[in-house]
Amino acid sequence: MAGSVRDAIVDLTEARPEASSRRRARSARRSAGLRTPAWVGWLFVAPALLVYLVFVLRPLVATFEYSLYRWNGIGPSTWVGLDNYREVFTDPELLKTITNAFELIVFFSVIPVLLGLGIASVIRRIATSRLALVGRTVLFLPQVIPLVAAGIAWSWMLADDGFVNQVLRWVGLDGVARAWLGDFSTALPAVGAIGAWVLLGLVTLLLLAGMSKIDPVLYEAARMDGAGPLREFFHVTLPSLRQEIGVCVTVTVIAALASFDIVYVSTQGGPGNATMVPGLEIYYQAFSERRIGVASALAVVLMVLVLVCVLPIQWLTRRGER
Amino acid sequence: MRLGEGGRPRGEGSLYAMGLNFSMTGIFYNTELAEQIGMTEPPQTLAELDDLLAKAKAAGIVPIQQFNGGATGGLAFPLQNLMAAYGPPGPINDWIFQKPGATIDTPTNLKAAEHLAEWIEKGYFVKDANAIDYAKMMSRFIDGDGLLIFDGDWESGNLDKQMPGKAGFFLMPPAEEGGARAAMSAPLTYGIAERAENADCAAFFLNWVATDETARRITVEVGGSHPMGPADAYMPPVKEGSVTAATLAAGATIAEDNGAMDFIANATGSIYAKGWTPNLQKMVAGEQTPKGLLETVQRQYESELEN
Repeated sequence: MAGSVRDAIVDLTEARPEASSRRRARSARRSAGLRTPAWVGWLFVAPALLVYLVFVLRPLVATFEYSLYRWNGIGPSTWVGLDNYREVFTDPELLKTITNAFELIVFFSVIPVLLGLGIASVIRRIATSRLALVGRTVLFLPQVIPLVAAGIAWSWMLADDGFVNQVLRWVGLDGVARAWLGDFSTALPAVGAIGAWVLLGLVTLLLLAGMSKIDPVLYEAARMDGAGPLREFFHVTLPSLRQEIGVCVTVTVIAALASFDIVYVSTQGGPGNATMVPGLEIYYQAFSERRIGVASALAVVLMVLVLVCVLPIQWLTRRGER
Repeated sequence: MRLGEGGRPRGEGSLYAMGLNFSMTGIFYNTELAEQIGMTEPPQTLAELDDLLAKAKAAGIVPIQQFNGGATGGLAFPLQNLMAAYGPPGPINDWIFQKPGATIDTPTNLKAAEHLAEWIEKGYFVKDANAIDYAKMMSRFIDGDGLLIFDGDWESGNLDKQMPGKAGFFLMPPAEEGGARAAMSAPLTYGIAERAENADCAAFFLNWVATDETARRITVEVGGSHPMGPADAYMPPVKEGSVTAATLAAGATIAEDNGAMDFIANATGSIYAKGWTPNLQKMVAGEQTPKGLLETVQRQYESELEN
């Protein structure tokens, strides 16, 4: 039962050995080509392609077009060339949102992946026990709870009289207790902590799935050669998880750079812009300041940033496989 | 609601929308806590209010339970009240209504912002103000935590129900004794779209809300606000000593003193979210000066008008 779930997740991560599937695909194509003309394939793809064109590519092109105009969303627009982009790169308030997003990467990517690796290898060692099942379920729970509910619950826990401070005061750390989301120096890390909590479960599960496909013979051999748990982790587990780690980092970096929901629910960018991120700023620029041009320019910049960050990760983690 | 040619300034020109009720803002207080610190009647001057706040602080009571978290800088309420205590409401309205050349950065407004900074410095606001939202403020105040809140009469009915006899209301006292009172007080306006399908139906409804006895009673009892419409229209009776009675009476005082102001957060589309809120939050954290607050908000205002 548990094994089949794990296999399904392995499929999701595209982590299957590729050689055999590629061979299968090629032979399928050859036999299909004999019977039906090539355009039939397009016919099958057409509905999905149409949806993609209308709902993904068209808005993308439109966003780029808007970014070249000054427009309030209703009235006439004026061509301003690259002025909106100039503003994105010179307005300290807009630039700050981008640096905030990069700071969030630490919490959304680095912490979940490091913690996830540790937790996943512990769970793997106790895989057959009931505790492992409980651990997996608890860790994955944040993925099931609606983010809005989670955000509200967290803002209660992080409040001045919330659970976190109650614990701190109980152990005598009264001086550390504060309204975490309302304090300029702790608001962004506090939002980051919520993100880490949400993403840790996803990352752990992906890594666990990856671990399940590592050949047990490798561990046996390592143990015979006298390797301890640490050696085993660094020489067997870690190298075998290259692709899974790549997927985890990619997904979480995108979540950090394009974050919106957690911030919107917990702080709305406050206090005083301390937690403002590009996603939220785009929303404010477009729908409360009604500056569609600047909002679109920031959106385009954000998209390019995501690509610039994610493509090298993809390249690095896949290089060894080909 | 009147609008000038092209939508600016507001407050003059053709009539586009009609108000059905107007809200009244001021200071709600917890009568039990007030008694505890020896407050027998509402403060008549700003100095008396300061004195009250100091007494509450000394007695270990949160003097002002005010929300200032997230995207809603609730300190704009006491700030504007202080502005109107130090100066006339006219120039503040000009700024909100976008009269050409209007500025928020005036000498009396600076005094008001400095006074607000003093309140912050003395710890008169609840210490996690930057982390609490409006709902949290209300639940704490109703639970008896906090002597004062700066809020509006839309809570009158609610407070009469949730803490009957234990809540009171007074208008912001003027800086000098006998000075005129002012308050944020704006009608909720309704208009009918030019291409509305059932314009007559909408007109009938608006007329009903403005003139019908039941409708006016709902406006007062549920909305807690003063109904508009004909000057001699029916006024429902309210329970003496209730918060609703106090806020309705305040409406008469404000009308007499000609002290109605719109809200400084309504001046432009995002002056609240991008101007007042972040800078008031910075002020609470000690990262913004009173002068800096007014200058930054004025810059934001001008850049928005340019757009």
